[in-house]
Formats: sequence, C-alpha cells, structure tokens
Amino acid sequence: MSRFKAYLRALGAIVWKDLAAELRSRELLSSMLVFALLVILIFNFALELDIKARDTITAGILWVTFAFAGTLGLNRSMASEKDRGCLDGLLLAPVDRSAIYFGKAIGNLVFMFIVEIIVLPVYSVLYNVNLFQPGLLLVIFLGSLGYVAVGTLLATMAVQVRTRDILLPILLFPLALPVLIASVKASNGFLQAIPLAEIMPWLNLLIVYDIIFTAIAFMVFDYVVEE
Amino acid sequence: MMISVRNLVKRFGPKTVLHRLDFEVGAGDFVGLLGPNGAGKTTLLRILASLSRPAAGRVQIAGYRLPAQAAQVRRRLGVVSHQPLLYGDLTAEENLFFYGRMYALEEVKTRAAEVLHLVGLYSRRSDLVRTFSRGMRQRLAIGRAVLHDPEVMLFDEPHTGLDQDACAMLDTVLSEIAARGRTVVMTSHDLARVADLATRFDVISRGKIVASGTRQEIGPDNLLRFYRQAVKSAEGEV
Amino acid sequence: MNEKPRLLKILDILTLVLILVAAGLVFFYAPVEKVMGLVQKVFYFHVANAWVGMLGFTVAAVAGGLYLWKGEKKWDIAGLAAVEISFVFFLIAIVSGSIWARPAWNTWWTWDPRLTTAAIVELIYAAYLLLRQGVDDPDRRARFSAVYAIFGFISVPLTFISIRLMRTIHPVVVGSSDPSAQGGFSMIAPMKVAFFFSLFTFSVFFVDLLWHRIRLGRLQDKVEQLRWGNHRI
Repeated sequence: MSRFKAYLRALGAIVWKDLAAELRSRELLSSMLVFALLVILIFNFALELDIKARDTITAGILWVTFAFAGTLGLNRSMASEKDRGCLDGLLLAPVDRSAIYFGKAIGNLVFMFIVEIIVLPVYSVLYNVNLFQPGLLLVIFLGSLGYVAVGTLLATMAVQVRTRDILLPILLFPLALPVLIASVKASNGFLQAIPLAEIMPWLNLLIVYDIIFTAIAFMVFDYVVEE
Repeated sequence: MMISVRNLVKRFGPKTVLHRLDFEVGAGDFVGLLGPNGAGKTTLLRILASLSRPAAGRVQIAGYRLPAQAAQVRRRLGVVSHQPLLYGDLTAEENLFFYGRMYALEEVKTRAAEVLHLVGLYSRRSDLVRTFSRGMRQRLAIGRAVLHDPEVMLFDEPHTGLDQDACAMLDTVLSEIAARGRTVVMTSHDLARVADLATRFDVISRGKIVASGTRQEIGPDNLLRFYRQAVKSAEGEV
Repeated sequence: MNEKPRLLKILDILTLVLILVAAGLVFFYAPVEKVMGLVQKVFYFHVANAWVGMLGFTVAAVAGGLYLWKGEKKWDIAGLAAVEISFVFFLIAIVSGSIWARPAWNTWWTWDPRLTTAAIVELIYAAYLLLRQGVDDPDRRARFSAVYAIFGFISVPLTFISIRLMRTIHPVVVGSSDPSAQGGFSMIAPMKVAFFFSLFTFSVFFVDLLWHRIRLGRLQDKVEQLRWGNHRI
C-alpha cells in the first residue's frame, strides 16, 4: 500500500470511528442540538424577534448558535479521546500526525453540519423565513470549515490543560472572530438579497481564513500532541 | 539488540525524571521492569513507545532511531498501557477494525478474527466495549496491541485493577506472546505478577537502572530480596 | 548573568533621557492643536503605546516560531516577556484612546476597527496568559503558548480587515486624507517631530523593558532549576 493511500485510510478510519460511535451513543449530537435550540429560544425572549427585527438579526442569531454549539461539540470530541487515553492510541499508529488532525476536524465538521442542517428548518418554521438558499448554505459551509479548522487544534490543546472546560471558548472566540464577522455579514447579505458584488469581499475573507488556518494548524499539530 | 537505550535523559520542566539511563533488551527477551512509584518506569516506556521525546541520549528500537524514525518504530511496536485505548461506543470487532486501518493492515477482518480468538473474546466480538469488564477490556487491549504482529511489545502495569481470574487469563495471553518469541518489556510494582513471566529483571530507581539480572542469576525465590537490595542501595547513594 | 550587564545600564539611562525629551517635545515644542486643544497631546503617547503593543505581539509570534523550531527555552521566556509588556501598553493605548475619543467623537468608546482590534488583541493576550496558567509541564506550556501566539498574530490582521470592511470613523492621521474621518487633523512639522520621537522613544523603552523581563524570566528559571537540585547533575 502506498504511503498516501495508507494516510487516507487512517484519516478515513478516524472519521468513520467518530461517526460510528456517535451514531450509537448520540451523546454529542443530541447535546449540541438541544443546546442550539435553547440558544435560539433564549434569543427569542431576549430580543423580541418581531418581523422587522428578524430580517436584520437572523444571521447573527444563527451564527452565535452555531458557534456555541460548535464549541460544545469540539470540546466533547477531543475530551473523549483524551479521557480514555485514546489519543495515545492514535499517536501510536505509524501514520503522520496530520492524519489525526484532519480526521478529527472532518468528524467535527460533519457534526457541526448535522446540527446546522437541523437548526435551519426549525428556525425557518419558527420564524417563517426561508433559510434554504444556496448562497447561505455556501456561507455556512465556509464559515463552519474555518471555525472547525481552528477549533479542532485549540480543542486538542484545551483538553490537555487543567482548566480545560472553560478554556476552549476563551481561546477560540478571539481567533475565530474574523470567521464570525464575515459569516454573519455574508449570511445577512444573502438573506437580504444584497447584490453579490457586495457580499464577495466577505466570501473572499472566509476563503482566505480557511486556507491560512487549515495550513497552519496542519503545520503545528505535531507540537500540540507530542510530549 | 532489539532495544538499545544510551544516556537517556528526560526532564519535565525543572525536574529530571531519567538520569542518563542505559537499558538494553535482546531479541526475544522478556524483561520485567521493576521499581517503586515515581522511579521513571512509565516515562521510560512512553519514550520507547515514541509517545514522549527524550531530552538527550540515544534510543534505538529494531535498528531504528527515535524520535527521527518514529514511523518505522511504531509499525514494529505494540503497546498496552494502564488505559485500554479502546472506544466504548464501538464493538470489540470495530475497535480492532479501526486500529487495523490505522496500521494500514491488508486483511483487517481476517486478522481481527484471529486476534479475537487469541484473547478469547471471539464470542463477544459484536458487543460494545462499554459493556466489557475491566479484565475483558484489558484482554482486548492486548489484542489491539498485537493486531499488527509487532516485534516488540511494551506493557505498562497491565495487571492494574484486575481481579484474580482476569489476572490469570492475562498471564496466559502474556505467556503465549512470550512463547512466540516476541521481545517484551513489562513494568510492574508488583513483583509476583512478573516473577513467573520474565526472563530478566531490571530494577529502576530515581531515573536509573540500578540492578539487572536474569532469572537464573537471581534464583526463583530471591527476587524480592534482589529488588529490595537494589532499591535500598540506590536510595542510600543519594 | 547575575550581574546587570553594562549595556543594559546604559540603555536604562538612555530610555529615561529619551522619555524626558519626548515629554518635553510633546508639551513644549509641539504646538497646541487648534480645534481639540490640549487633549490632542494624548495622541503622541496613544499611538506610541499601541505601536509598542503591536511590536510585542510580533515579537511574541516570532519567538513562538523560533521556540517550535529550535526548542530552546529562551524563546519561550522572550515570548512571555513580550506578551506581558504589550498587555500593559495596549491597555494604556485603549484607555488613552478613550480619553481622546471623548472630545473628538463625543463618546468614550466606538466600535472603530483599530480600537476594536486593539481590544481583541488584548483579549488574545488574556487568553494567552490564561492558557499558560493552566499548564503545569513547562515544555508543554511553552509549545502551547508558542502555537497560540502564532495563531493570534495571524488572526489579528484578518480581524482588522473584517472590522474595517464595516465603516470607520477613526482618524487616519498618517499618510491618508480620508475626508469621512472625523476628528482628524493635519500634523505640522513640530508635531511630526514630537510624534516620531515618541514612537522612537517607546520602541527603546520596549526593548529596555523586554530585556529586563527576559533577565527576570531566566532568573526564575534558574531558581526553579536550583530548587529541584539539578545543579548537581
């Protein structure tokens, strides 16, 4: 088996393992989902979401929800590796460490997508807005990608730290700010049918962020897991 | 030499855990690594397992240097630590499939079935590991470690937390592995557990190997005295 | 290394003299700005503070990169030193920015790109320090904080751009003539002298402090080593 094929196989094995385990226990997804719905509910009461307000702040509410639920999932997914010592099991395999990073990141991304795919129709029904627009879905894809790329690396760090339960959001939010700003602005643009030319800078920013941070996370992941 | 360690130094911050440690294991040897808590047993094993980087010194396993050639070493290494490194929400079989893919094995399913027979868990292959007892988990952990048929096996306190029956079953599996001519290093602070298995005993204290002897040299009934003397004289030195 | 280096002593004195001269230039040489009056004087030190903050941020990221590359303890000490110093300077920059903002824009705080980015950099510093606090193993602490310093350093320009894409009211004083920026003013020659002199002074001040802090860090390290009795080995 060629080295590249072995690499992809290991990467796929990690994704498969995370999904298979989650399919059984549904611990992570159900808590992410319930949490996401609760956040939306709280926003509803906190902000008095009348029709006029909805137009302008839907994008903001969605992204805050995704970011919070995402943090929950990221923390849990890495903590389960660390707690049972499984991180050592992954590190013992004769495969480049970056396969572990990409495997975990893809798994986390899938979980985030699943939550988003469920939250969108629920929000649509509750507030009578159509959220299934190709543009918005693209933004959600790009935004979640960047968020998870940084989040997976920081979560790997956070679970090895004494104060881990509180640390991940503190580490992640200031760094993920460009993603959140750009995602909110671009989502808002698509929801309000603003001309594409005005949304493009935000999409470009998202793409640049995704590329830069995936690349750096790939380069430094070794230093985060080694001892 | 299958394992060759020279002048190994490991520090955790200001604290030096291994002081220029020398350690050698020949092919096919079963070495019992004895020592009190905090002597550096686990640290040494983690370095051999390529999980921890040495601060200084030379570590060579099966002819490959650590940490430079870690991938080659890992392919030839099976590790059992006190944590089973298994996923509770996967079945026994799925756990092995997963690790088989991580090691890029060709015939994952056939190999997994073989290993499940070896550790006596074939009948429970479709059960979730979460439902397993501590002893069964430990046996599956050994199955996981031998999955890719490694030349060198490292066991870190494999008996911890097991009851009498589980220990006996574990010993059976361990002696089978030894009989297959694998090189084994096993740590323990419980002498009785390694006494029957190992062919050589090394005592580690304060980050150094302070005594070493084969089973013949020490004699079957003198192990406890050998161990106590080694630790005592090492502690007296400081 | 226990003896304070001669060069550092000279640098201390030089820094002190420079600060006095800079203060003199700002208060006596540069004229009082016509519209804003005395409060404009804040500007000279405000920008210099922010400059030192960003300088420290850069030093921390470079030191982080060097630590990951070389694995030498001194880069970790330098990174922490840079972050600690910049944390204080940035705080002063943010506060002095508020003092400036009050008469210029009639508000203590505005969500202007530079001010907001400054606040976010400050939060990244805080996260960096919290991260360090949570890790006991010094090597791991050094690796984690190096990675985080690099990540922070790269995210900040993106944060700035993203906030900038929204509207700005911050005056662009140097090298721009944006008519929409309120509270701006054009610098006349003496102001420029005072301004660039302050920048220079604060840069020297930063180097001086950094040196002291690195010395302190190395002494701390030595104390730790001695405490664990490694001097015998």
